[in-house]
Amino acid sequence: MTALDFTTHTIPLEGKSKISAKNVNLWYGEKQALHNINLEVGENQVTALIGPSGCGKSTFLRCLNRMNDTIPSCRIQGDISIDGDDIYAQSLDVVHLRARVGMVFQKPNPFPKSIFDNVAYGPRLHGLSESKDHLEHIVKSSLERAGLWKEVSDRLLSPGTGLSGGQQQRLCIARAIAVSPEVILMDEPCSALDPIATAKVEELIDELRENFTIAIVTHSMQQAARVSQRTAFFHLGVLVENGPTEGIFTSPIDKRTQDYVTGRFG
Amino acid sequence: MTDIAGKYTVEPFSASTEKREKFNRLLKKRYASEARFKMWGIAAVSVAVVFLVLLLGSIILQGSSAFVTTKVELEVSLDREIIDPQGTNDPMVIASADYNKILRNAMQSLFPEVESRRERRDMMDLISSGAAFELAAHVRDNPELIGQTIKFDVLTDDLVDMLRKGYIERNVPEEDRKLNDFQIGIFDKLVASGALYGTFNTELLTTGDSREPENAGLWGAVVGSFFTLVVTLGIAFPLGVMAAIYLEEFAPKNRITDMIEVNINNLAAVPSIVFGLLGLAVFLNFFGMPRSAPLVGGLVLALQALPIIIIASRAAIKAVPPSIREAALGMGASPLQTVLHHTLPLSMPGMLTGAILGMAHALGETAPLLMIGMVAFIVDVPGGFTSPATVLPVQIYLWADSPERAFVEKTSAAIMVLLVFLVFMNAIAIYLRKKFERKW
Repeated sequence: MTALDFTTHTIPLEGKSKISAKNVNLWYGEKQALHNINLEVGENQVTALIGPSGCGKSTFLRCLNRMNDTIPSCRIQGDISIDGDDIYAQSLDVVHLRARVGMVFQKPNPFPKSIFDNVAYGPRLHGLSESKDHLEHIVKSSLERAGLWKEVSDRLLSPGTGLSGGQQQRLCIARAIAVSPEVILMDEPCSALDPIATAKVEELIDELRENFTIAIVTHSMQQAARVSQRTAFFHLGVLVENGPTEGIFTSPIDKRTQDYVTGRFG
Repeated sequence: MTDIAGKYTVEPFSASTEKREKFNRLLKKRYASEARFKMWGIAAVSVAVVFLVLLLGSIILQGSSAFVTTKVELEVSLDREIIDPQGTNDPMVIASADYNKILRNAMQSLFPEVESRRERRDMMDLISSGAAFELAAHVRDNPELIGQTIKFDVLTDDLVDMLRKGYIERNVPEEDRKLNDFQIGIFDKLVASGALYGTFNTELLTTGDSREPENAGLWGAVVGSFFTLVVTLGIAFPLGVMAAIYLEEFAPKNRITDMIEVNINNLAAVPSIVFGLLGLAVFLNFFGMPRSAPLVGGLVLALQALPIIIIASRAAIKAVPPSIREAALGMGASPLQTVLHHTLPLSMPGMLTGAILGMAHALGETAPLLMIGMVAFIVDVPGGFTSPATVLPVQIYLWADSPERAFVEKTSAAIMVLLVFLVFMNAIAIYLRKKFERKW
């Protein structure tokens, strides 16, 4: 086993940066999971995080809305800021952060409540709606934006867990966008879905890019190539290469990136 | 690797008859062991079912007769001279009159041929000693009956009841028998005239305990059990659920919480009598709470049910998928909101099951209650949490200890009532679980 190669090749971001991570190191107990990550996530862009299993891409994603706080042994160093606000600052409230940075998980995880209550959960939690009508409007528009309204409009009160896998995942996306976040983090959102449902979700991601900044972790390089504008390749906790998606897949700079995208490992 | 690969070759089993036979032999063996396993399982279940049937069968066989009691219809003349000679109509005067004399007159008018003092006394022994009180209460409530002759059904003595149910052998020598030949003669005449009959034993389900088997009832114990369990549930359930939530969702995982966990598990295994001693020392002696009270009994049983509820609740919380928690936290819910909105409702069915298990345990508990004085002989139906009471299992214990033959069937009847109580509680638990259950 050779020593870790810490070099990062970055082609600088064109346009406005939404999230900026500087010198991020992260440990689970004694084990270091992220080594000195420097990454910019562009506004109204889809940034794909790819890499083999256990490379730290999901860990990095979870740093962006502080979901790692729930893991007691997790320790983090470095700066992550959204629009210049340090998200690990003492003064920043994690509830407020998570209202700004929504998350969609690998496994569809709707609450065992009605479809309406699922989508209305965030707005109710954060007091975003002024009236019942307003809340209904938020729910309807969120479901419409998630492309689910036509399929569920006649059964809003039936349980969200009764939907198919793909519908559940779109419900989770609707739930995430109901609070109008600025950023949506997606952790392998299509890994539990069939190809048709995956295509729908990918289409949706492309549409959502207009209004939201999206960071998506994916195992599928085709998916990364299809939906993202920029791609970051992680390997063994190191950010190896990060640049426009086309460049990563057609002319990678680093040997490791080349090996991975051509399917030689991972 | 290469050496081994060279040494052995793996052929398909269909390659030779020998291999095929070996395969078939193995297959047969596999099926045989499967069949054996199944048989053992069925045998185990059968044994359990047989014992259950034996247990329930013997209890029902012995106890069902206790739900029938024996009464005798007497024509009592409510003589004003005896009851209320001054004509005051004062309930106190009416109630304290000599009703034994009225009953004696009624019996004598049925059997005018009985003349000797001794025989008269033997005859009166056939009637329950509580009959006079019953008649007194009846006349006090209906004073307009005074001066009339009414038909009044009085309870017979438990020995007559036993004789009617065939528990007293007629062919044993008179001196070894509880009822003498004269009394049996009277009994037969009463049966022949149709005055003596068996009827549903309402006393058993509506009155408190008594030294007289025919007057003894379970209602006092049922009410005592109810009050005790209310206290137990009211204390153990909220405390247990809160402790479980704190330990599962909020407490840091360190040596102190590990130690607490070990101690909770140990607490569940502490003999119940120890809890009784604790209750005696702390609640009675230190805090000076009343003896024999459902309040103290409930507190002691709450201590005992607490670890059961905590363990079950923690298991229920652990069973909630972490993805639900992540979803809620990801939406910006605080840890407390996550618990209240999602974890608690989703784990409620499991918590309720644990609570009912703990309650069922507490319902059947006797030993700790002996320590705090709930074993006392209490006639009155308890009126509150601090009035002296007994509970069903203690009542069973008390009756099983009584020498009268009639208490044998009453003990079994009490067990039946306790079992009905248990089945009822479990039915509630199943209903609640179904109601709160949500699928994901």
